[in-house]
Amino acid sequence: MSFAFYLIVALTLAGGLAAVLLRNTVHCALALTVAFAGLALLFLGLDAQFAGFAQILVYIGAVAILVVFAILLTRSSEAEQEGVFSKSWLVGLVIAAGVFAVLGWAVLASARALPWQAAAPIVTVRDIGNVLVGRYVLPLEIVALLLTAATIGAVIVALHEKERTR
Amino acid sequence: MVVASPLAAYLLVAALLFAIGLAGALTRRNAILVLIGIELMLNAANLNFIAFWRYGPHPEALTGMMFAIFSIAVAAAEAAVGLGLVISIYRHARTTDLDQMNRMKG
Repeated sequence: MSFAFYLIVALTLAGGLAAVLLRNTVHCALALTVAFAGLALLFLGLDAQFAGFAQILVYIGAVAILVVFAILLTRSSEAEQEGVFSKSWLVGLVIAAGVFAVLGWAVLASARALPWQAAAPIVTVRDIGNVLVGRYVLPLEIVALLLTAATIGAVIVALHEKERTR
Repeated sequence: MVVASPLAAYLLVAALLFAIGLAGALTRRNAILVLIGIELMLNAANLNFIAFWRYGPHPEALTGMMFAIFSIAVAAAEAAVGLGLVISIYRHARTTDLDQMNRMKG
């Protein structure tokens, strides 16, 4: 593993930790953007250029902006008096640590059986497009329908209800 | 580092990111921060898919890559609906604090 890999991993994990731990919600959203960017770099390092740029477009371009909009619309950025963590934060922390212990143990116990070297796959965007409209055309159509339904649903759910006391 | 296999290193990073997201989703009070934790967990799963695709036996089949791309699309829809719900609940209850959302009706 190269120095760049450790640098990107440190950036990603620091971004994720800051997104979870910071007090100010807007700072959390910005740290989340850093974590998304680090993940996109990891995808690029894994020779998955298309997924990396899709990650940048969708997550940094859309999801992070949506989160910032939601924070501003709900005035969550104002300082909270009673602390930002839930009352049962210790239970959540223990569960997360347990999950990481199990996952880490599984990876380390099977590290010997994992493949060591693999030639970098040569995948062009043309190949991805051919597969998308060939073998995976039904999932593609379903995702298109899902995105349409989700967009309309999000607008309807968030619509201002004017006649509340009808 | 003990782990020499690059795939194991990526899997460990994904596991750590998943645990961070889970801790955030379980411990934060703000509903938006819980959604942020869920997004981190989804991204960690995507990293697993891409890493297994890269080091798997048949990368030219593009299976893991397709799964990750569809997962990104579904996560975008999930984020839109989730944040719309948070805004709607905020309009109704004037708060995004999950500890205060303890009523099923009104």
